[in-house]
Parts: sequence; C-alpha cells; structure tokens
Amino acid sequence: MPSPKRIGKIEFGLLSPKEIRQMSVRKIIWADTYDDDGFPYPQGLMDLNLGVIDPGLRCKTCSQKAGECPGHFGHIELAKPVIHVGYTRLIRKLLRVSCRECGRILLSPEEIEKVIGTEDDLTGDLLSEKDVKKERICPHCGSQQLKINFEKPTTFSEVLLEDGRKVEHKLTPADIRARLERIPDDDLRPLGINPAVARPEWTILTVLPVPPVTMRPSIILENGQRSEDDLTHKLVDIIRINQRFKENQDAGAPQLIIEDLWELLQYHVTTYLDNEVAGCPPARHRSGRPLKTLSQRLKGKDGRFRGSLSGKRVNFSARTVISPDPNLSVKQVGIPLSIANEMSIPVPVTPHNIEEIKEMVRIGPFRPTLKSPCGANYVIRPDKKRLRLAEGNTESIVEMIEPGYIVERQIRNDDIVLFNRQPSLHRMSIMAHRVKIMEGRTFRLNPAVCPPYNADFDGDEMNLHIPQTEEARAEAAILISVQENILSSRFGGPIIGGIHDHISGIFMLTHTLRWFTKQEAIYLIRPLKIERLGEPGKVEGGVSYWSNKQIFSLILPTDLNMVYKASSCQNCDTCQKEQCDRDAYVHIIDGILKCGTIDKKSVGAFDGQIVNRIIRQMGMPRAAQFIDDMTALSIRSIMLDGFSFGIDDEDLSKIEYGQINEVLSQAAHDVDRRIKIYEDGQLEPMPGRTPEETLEMQIMQVLGKARDKTGEIAGRHLGLSNSAVLMAVSGARGSMLNLTQMAGCVGQQSVRGERIMRGYDDRTLPHFRKGDRGSGAHGFISHSYKGGLSPTEFFFHAIGGREGLVDTAVRTSQSGYLQRRMINALQDLKVAYDGTVRTTGGRIIQFTYGEDGTDPMRSSFGDPVDVKGIIESILKEEV
Amino acid sequence: MKPEMLDSIDSAALPVKTKTQMKEFLAERDITDQEFDAILAQVIAEYQKTRIEPCEAVGVIAAQSIGEPGTQMTMRTFHYAGVAEINVTLGLPRLIEIMDARKEPSTPTMTIYLEEEYATDRDRAREVSWQIEAAPLREFGDITIDMENMQVVVVINEAVCEKRKIKVEEIIARAPEKIRNKRHYRDFEDPVIEGNTLIFIPKFREKYQNLFQLAEHVRLVIVQGIDDIERVVVRKEGGEYILYTEGSNLKDVFEVPGVDTTRTRTNNISEISQVLGIEAARNAIIHEAISTLNEQGILVDVRHIMLVADMMCMEGEVKQIGRHGIAGEKESVLSRAAFEVTVNHLLDAAVANEVDELSGVTENVIVGQPIQLGTGDVKLIARTIR
Repeated sequence: MPSPKRIGKIEFGLLSPKEIRQMSVRKIIWADTYDDDGFPYPQGLMDLNLGVIDPGLRCKTCSQKAGECPGHFGHIELAKPVIHVGYTRLIRKLLRVSCRECGRILLSPEEIEKVIGTEDDLTGDLLSEKDVKKERICPHCGSQQLKINFEKPTTFSEVLLEDGRKVEHKLTPADIRARLERIPDDDLRPLGINPAVARPEWTILTVLPVPPVTMRPSIILENGQRSEDDLTHKLVDIIRINQRFKENQDAGAPQLIIEDLWELLQYHVTTYLDNEVAGCPPARHRSGRPLKTLSQRLKGKDGRFRGSLSGKRVNFSARTVISPDPNLSVKQVGIPLSIANEMSIPVPVTPHNIEEIKEMVRIGPFRPTLKSPCGANYVIRPDKKRLRLAEGNTESIVEMIEPGYIVERQIRNDDIVLFNRQPSLHRMSIMAHRVKIMEGRTFRLNPAVCPPYNADFDGDEMNLHIPQTEEARAEAAILISVQENILSSRFGGPIIGGIHDHISGIFMLTHTLRWFTKQEAIYLIRPLKIERLGEPGKVEGGVSYWSNKQIFSLILPTDLNMVYKASSCQNCDTCQKEQCDRDAYVHIIDGILKCGTIDKKSVGAFDGQIVNRIIRQMGMPRAAQFIDDMTALSIRSIMLDGFSFGIDDEDLSKIEYGQINEVLSQAAHDVDRRIKIYEDGQLEPMPGRTPEETLEMQIMQVLGKARDKTGEIAGRHLGLSNSAVLMAVSGARGSMLNLTQMAGCVGQQSVRGERIMRGYDDRTLPHFRKGDRGSGAHGFISHSYKGGLSPTEFFFHAIGGREGLVDTAVRTSQSGYLQRRMINALQDLKVAYDGTVRTTGGRIIQFTYGEDGTDPMRSSFGDPVDVKGIIESILKEEV
Repeated sequence: MKPEMLDSIDSAALPVKTKTQMKEFLAERDITDQEFDAILAQVIAEYQKTRIEPCEAVGVIAAQSIGEPGTQMTMRTFHYAGVAEINVTLGLPRLIEIMDARKEPSTPTMTIYLEEEYATDRDRAREVSWQIEAAPLREFGDITIDMENMQVVVVINEAVCEKRKIKVEEIIARAPEKIRNKRHYRDFEDPVIEGNTLIFIPKFREKYQNLFQLAEHVRLVIVQGIDDIERVVVRKEGGEYILYTEGSNLKDVFEVPGVDTTRTRTNNISEISQVLGIEAARNAIIHEAISTLNEQGILVDVRHIMLVADMMCMEGEVKQIGRHGIAGEKESVLSRAAFEVTVNHLLDAAVANEVDELSGVTENVIVGQPIQLGTGDVKLIARTIR
C-alpha cells in the first residue's frame, strides 16, 4: 500500500555552526576507530553514539539495532576556521563587492536599484561581481578598497601598494570570516543570499559535522581485517591534523609552523568535501587510488543522484537469453519453468479463495511440470511475519491459513508480466505480455514483437518484471499490453508486424495465382483457429482446389475493403491495375483478396497497411489476432515450399560473367581516360571545385554506375526463383544492392564519402605505383563476394568496414546523450484537462496539443482522420 | 457529389485538413446520400477517437520519438540533394546542432528565392547573385607587387565590372575602407587613384614582409557582395531560378533588390530569431528538424517536433535543450542536480534558500512517490461501498 503521506517540499539551506553542534550527538576527538578488541573507541570516529553497523550492538543514542538505527551526526571542533571549497567563488564575490572596513556593499542604494530593479519589478538581475568596479572607495564609510586575488583552490589575498610596489597580502580564513560577518543582512538579499538560512560566514567552517557510521560502513575482509570507508579515512586525517594543530597552538609554536598546519588542515577538509578540485592534488588511498569523497559520491552516472535515486533496483525480476517461437501469440511470452517457480505474486486469502490457496501452499515451492497448477513460495501471516515454504513444512502451514493471510503464489499461465529490453529508447521497450510457461531456459517471444524491442536472437537478453499489486496489473493490462502498443506514437503507424520469414512466407503464399489441394490447404491453416475452409475455388477432374488468395482471405476480417500498391510495385507510368505482371496491385473487397501480393507494405512492421486499417476499423484486439494468424500462416506456407539460400544461388552463367567483365574493364578504361585528361591539365573543373575534386567526383560516378550495371546484369539472370531476389522484392530482408555485391561486383570502398587516399607516400599500399590514381589503387573492388576478393581489395574492404564500426560506436553515445537531454527538458510536460500542454508546475507550453489536439499514435500517419480508408471501406472501390 | 454534401462537410466539427481531404476524394464521385451520411458519420467518429487524452505525458513521448531514431541516423556530411557543390551537415550532427541552439551552424547555407521578374531569367538571377556572393578584389583586375617602389598596384578591369554590374569608383572607394574595417589592417597610406588604377603603399617600408602582407589583404578584400556569403550557386528548380549559398546573412540578403523575402530562408536559426523574431525561429526549428529527419527516411510526427520547438522558444529566445538552456533553468533543485553538475546546483541552492516543490517527475522519483503524470495524476478516490 502506498503511504498516505506525501513529502510536500524540500527546502535547502546552510548549516550554521550552532545547528551543527545542536544536531551532533558526540564530539569526536580521537582519530582511532577500533581498539584491539575490535570495539569502537568512545569519542572516536566509530563511536556507538553515531549509529551501529555491527550486528548485535545497539546504538547508544536511539538504542536500536543495526539496520534499524538510521545513524546520528557527530562533530569535530576545528582548531582554526577553514574555507568550504564549494563556496570559494561565492566568497570571492562577496569579498569583492563588500567593503573591507564596514562590510556594506560597495554601491549606493540608487546603484543597487539600477541593477536589481524596484521591488515590484521582477525583471531585474541579481548583483554580480561585474557591477562593482575594482579598487573603488566605499560609499558608506569612505575607505579605500583593495584588489582581491583568488588562487585556486582556496587561497585569497589582497594587493597592497607599498612604496609604489604591489605587495600581496594573504588573507587567512579567519580574516575572511571576520569580513563576511560584517556584511549586514539587508545587503545580502540583492546578492541572491537569504541570510535567514545562509549567513555567508557559515561558508567558512569552524565546526565540521561527522556523518553517521551508517553512511560510511566499514567492511570486514576475508582475512578478518577491517577495511574502512574512504570517508572514514579522510576524517581520520582531519582529526589527526586538527589535534596536532591544537597542540602546536597551545604550545605557542612559531607562526610559520602554524601557517603550514593551517594549510594542511585546509587541504584535508578540501579533499574531504571534493577530491577533484582544480589545482589541488587528489588525496589517495595507500594503493594509489584516489579517494571517493563527498562530491564524488553524488556526482556522475553512478553517483547518488543518477545511480541510486533516479534509478532504483527492484525485486521480482528475471533476466535470460531470448529466443523466437512463431507459435506463440504476440501477446504472450514464454517463460522457463525454473523462473516461473522462483517468481511470485501476493494473493490475500479470503473466504472465497481459501481452498484454492490451500492447494497452492500444499504444492509448495516445487512445481513439477508445465501443466501442473502453481505452488507458493511464501506465506505472510497477518503480523507481517514471512514463512518460507519448504519441502517439510507445507502441511503444517496449510493448517494455519485463514482469511487475512497473504500467500505469495508462483506465476502461472496468463498472468500479466512486464517484458523489457535495454536500451529502453521508447515506451514500447517495456510491454506487458501474458505468461506461457515453457520448457527450456530462455524467454520465448513471437518474432513479430522484435521491432518495438529492437531485439534479435544473436544472444540478446531481456528482463521480466512481475507487477505485485492489483493497480499495477490493471495498468499493465489496459495501458502497456502488447496489443495496445501495435501503433507507434512516433508516427502513427503499426510498429508490430511481420519480419523476415513472415514476409517471405506470405509473399510466397500470395504471389500470383496458385491452387492447393485440400490436404495442402489444411496443412497451411492448421495452426489457425479457423473452422471452415469455405467452398473450393475450382474443381478439376473431381478434385477440389483452393486458391492461395482464398486461403489468405481466411485470416482477413470479413468487412475489410482496401486498394493499394504492394512494395514490389515498380511505379510504372500507367498502372496496369489488376493486370499488373508483378501482381503488385492489391485489392481486397469484403475481406476477400481479389488480386495482388501480400508483402512488407501489407503486413510488415513499420508499414503494415492491412494491420493499420484493421486497427482503425476493428480495433486493437482484432489487429493482434490478425498478426498472430498472419505469422502462423506465413510460417506454414514457407514450410510448404521450403526456403533456403546457398552459395550456388549467387552463380551466374558464362554470358553474364563476360558482360560483367566487359562493363568493369570499360569503366577502368574510362577512369584512366579521365585521369589522363586531368594530368594533361585539360579537365574543366566544376564550379567551386578544384580539378582534383572534380576528377574524384567523376571517378566515383563512373565506378558507381559500373557497379550498378553489373547488378542489373546479375539481376537479369536471377529471377524470383532465387531466394535473395525474393527477399529483396518482398521487402523481407536485404536489397538488390546486396545481391549485386554478392554476384556482380562489390564496388567502391570509401572513407568519409571519398575514395581511400591514406597510406604511404602518394599511394595507399606498396602494391601500387606512386601517384597511381587508377580505380584499383584507391579501393575499387571489381570482384564479387562470391568470386572472392584479391588481397589488396580485401584490405580496402576492411578499411571501409572499420569506418562503419567506428561510426556506429560514436553514434550510439551521441544519440544517447541527445535523448537524455531531451527527456530531461521535456519530461514534465503533460496534457491538462483543458487540452493545454503544461509543465507539472502549471506553465502553459501549448494552448492545444500539436495545434489540433490529435494524438500522434491514433492519427493516421499524422492525419487526424484516415479519410481515404473510411471512404474506401464504405464505397468498396479505389479512391 | 451533391452541393448539399459540401455544405454538410463545411458545417461539420472537423479540422480543415480533414474537410479538404473529404472534398478532394469525393469531388468527382457519384455517391448516394446514404453512403455520404455513413462516411461523414464515420469520419466524425474517428475524429473523436483520435483526440489526445488528458494527463498524457506528451513531453516524454516527443523526446523518445525524436531520440529513438537517432541511432539509425548517419554521422556523415552529405551533399545537398541536387546541389553537389554545397556541403550541408545532415543526420545526427545536424539534429544535435538544432537542439543545441548553436549561435552559428557548422555549415550555414541559405536558399534564396527571387521575385518573379528575376526568377525566370537566368541573367537577371545571376545579377542578383553578384550582389550577394562575396567577391575579392583580385577577381576585378590585376594585382601586381611593385618591389622597386614598394607598392601594390591594382588595375581594375572595366569589362569585369561591367559584367558584374558594379562601378569602378565603387570598388576604388570600398577597397581601402574594407581593408581597414573588415580585415582590420591599417598599416598603409591612403591609396593613390589614377583612373581605374589603385596604388597601395605600406606605412612601414623598411621590410618587404609588410608589402607582401598588404598585397595579401588587397587581393582578398571583399569589394562586392555580402561578406559572410562565400559562394552562390544558381539553379533552376520547378521553373524558377533559386540561389543556394554557402554562408548566411539573412539581414543583408533581404536588402538586396530582387530577393523574395517571403520565401528566402537560412538554416541559421539564431539569425532567424534575431531578424524575424521568435515565432519565425520556432517555425525554423520545426522545419529544420523535420527535414533533417525526413531526409534520413525517418518518419516522425510534426507534433513531437512542435512541442520541442515550443519548449525551446517559450521564453522569447531560443533556448538550448540541455545544461545551458531548459534543463539548467528548471525550478526544481533535485531535477537539475540529477541532470548535470550535481554538486554546484546543491551548493547554490543552499545559499539562495531554494525550495523544491516536488512537482516534476525526477523529484518525485528521487523522494519515492508517485509522479504527477498519466495515471499518477488522477486524484480520484473511490469511496468503498458501505
């Protein structure tokens, strides 16, 4: 249950020396921690008043045990004041703007008003150092001011004029403190300081709070030795120097020694607060590792703020490798039994479910098989005591159970769980699935949900979380379930849909007209929940046949009407429509596919025209159903024919090889000819380019064209019977360019969009003559992957490939930071009940969200209404 | 379509875009009243369904929608589509540049549209381009160094001036002035003018170095065009001549006769904000961001980008997304501390006695209570029955 209390606000201020002493439970004077018996010294850094970390001991302040006592502050009385490093800039500013004699601001009230404005004018600024001229005379007491120098990290000095020479006079923290004390309260407000909570002299420390032991626990190593926390080490140093300082001071040591010790004390306090100050060597551990002191604990990615407060660890989560299972619904996730047995959901015992719960408790923590009902792992008594169920104690606990108990039962089929893959770049990276307990040791998911997670199965791992409350489960089911997230809020189209083999399969099934016997048809639709096959499309010689389009139509909703062009469409000048020789004109009337091939444009992730239309007209559940049916059907149909790709699929005939060689040698000649023109100085440069650049551009163009030509030649030989072509045409995977590179010619390798130029003097490799500008010498690969690369080509290929890798590495970090910044800037925005966009503080950013109040997720690729779709479905004809 | 149908479309509570789409699709069609009523009813129903819901965390969705495809974008600088001569930063670096609200983009360019009389005529378009493209003195004549007399002699070619529509006197007057004021080189005497010859003499004649230095300045001094615009390319697109430039100076270009100030644009957003105001800057951010994304083949709804642009321009000047802008000026101490420069924010907050009202997201996550967004924002409690 959430606590009914809410933290209303947090106020920030400085601790005054008085407050530090008040909140302190013990004055700390001994630098040692534990005595020989391993017991803390009284008034030492581990004093029992400061809290306890050792089990068995009790805190002397609150008499609670370790784990319950939150810890209490102590304090150290410093022999002389020292500066707080975090406030050196503030101190510098205050010294420069205030009078060294009377402490008033070095400006007359009129001058102050000019900067900060009158009381009811809010546009004014706070006073800054620049508003006060250096070395002026105080308008209040008339004393001459001196220039204040500041040297990092903590040294302040005044510049005096003595006999016409400039002499630097060092200011001790005590001097500074005295000056800051003189600044009156009323003069602090224009400087942006609230004197009620932050008197400036409090930035000079006279008392140092000692944090409770609980925030600097010591750990016991394997050999029984204690290893102290970095903060404790630092505090030991401070106390030791402080003690010595006091002794020397009392003994009346010479000024020089006092000053040295003072500086040393300042150093230790400085590094205690921040160990990464500029101009100050970091304090180190004996091993040479810099200590992690207060600032370092808060800072950075793994610091307290970003690491512990904004990102929290959770229980009830699991992580393992993922693998595909096309037979699962997209809404499901397959969970290994071993994980399901470990994870639990709390169920309160009521008179209505007591018998069922008792049965769970009786089974205990070991659920034997997938089919057996779930057991339970813990029983929580009404007094909050947890009882772990184990082999022997189940029966006795069953007897105890009565309403008011809470039983943590194991998860079972159809429980709702959250499934997540990092990096969680958008909200679809966490979706709620229904549990399906399975054999094996991996999480299983339908490959159609890979795109939102950006997952593949090359060893990816994913996380699983079990919502523990009814509210959480309700939100999971209603808001973040897979079926509610088929549409992407980025562009208003489906992000879940067929990928890879789903597309190849559905393409192979629906391309042109095919006829299946009853046996084949039933084989195809067996995984679907379809009860009737329908009338056969034709009967020939007493045998009934069903067409491929008929079979696909079985999974379409009956009132679907749409017309569009598939992704295999070539965008001909005049569309052949139904007579398209590529069968790319898709026409669906009343849920019957009349003509056209189903491919990426129809059912693929990101495109999914059919999916999109079903969502808009029949809703998300029907769309999820369609995706399930479609994936199952396509996997079946790809299995009916079989689908494979081998090395001989890249083979061409002698004629093509001849043509390719012809094209390549012609291109090489062309390049040489252009180089000759350039070397003769005859090359006409393009406007704004040097002749070299012009030549390079021409060469790149010629070679690019040559590669494309080899691709065309290869493509002519390889038809749809080739698996790679089929995949490229249907949009399942790869492109014709990949095929060109495999069968035709790999083409130019480039670095930063230019040919490869680096290497030795005037040449890329010692295999070429100096100054060779030819195609082969600068990374043109004239062989195909199938044909094999020559050694120099292989090297150039590696160069080009490396660039890609570096690019990806740089990009991920840059885009990650961009996203972090954007989230931080925009996270507080929400739509208010009046339709405006406001920050949580109430400031209006937009009067209507997106100028028209349309939800991008529900929009039809940006349009508020899918007019075309509605008209098509009602008129049942192309619009 | 019958005229009554047009009226009923017009009177329906629908956005203009939907109405025009309906008219467009139905214009040439013969439909029955029944069909029309069904269509209109369904359109209105769908319009109601696509309204955004209150409490939706639109900011986070916008940030995710723009950030998530960032990993798919390229890093490289490509040529402008069509204009091979001009390089423009594209892809992720450009997107970062826009969000950073840099004072100057890494590749400033302008697209200058011309008024009708100039836009259709290549020569007249070229004339405008002479007025814009920065041309150094060496393009207008021969510059020789007379070592014997320690002087730099410039002979201005009148034919070139004729072609470029600039008077010789203008060049002669402008050259020394510009060397002094723009190139900040003052160590030369007032030049001697003889017809179309201009003679520069260095102030200190004991070293040849001074002479060569002066000659360099004389060669490079810009005497025609706008200083910031290094290059202009004239291209014909869609039946009119358009100027593409390398370098940008919106204010000066607007003053060149023949420039269509209503369509001319630059990719320098801060310049737009200064010259045309904050609303123009907001539109420029939207335009630049969406075209950067679309050029990479990434579909992102404009509404997300609008929200980012509105956030950046909210205070009347273009604010950066990040530490020195929106994120650094938030009211909440904890939120700022959790973003960047943690310790400084905490220390400053203490002196100023800042109060964190715990209204934002990060603050509430830090103290461990529900955030004020989405389902966490609903303050409705059901009274238990009886």
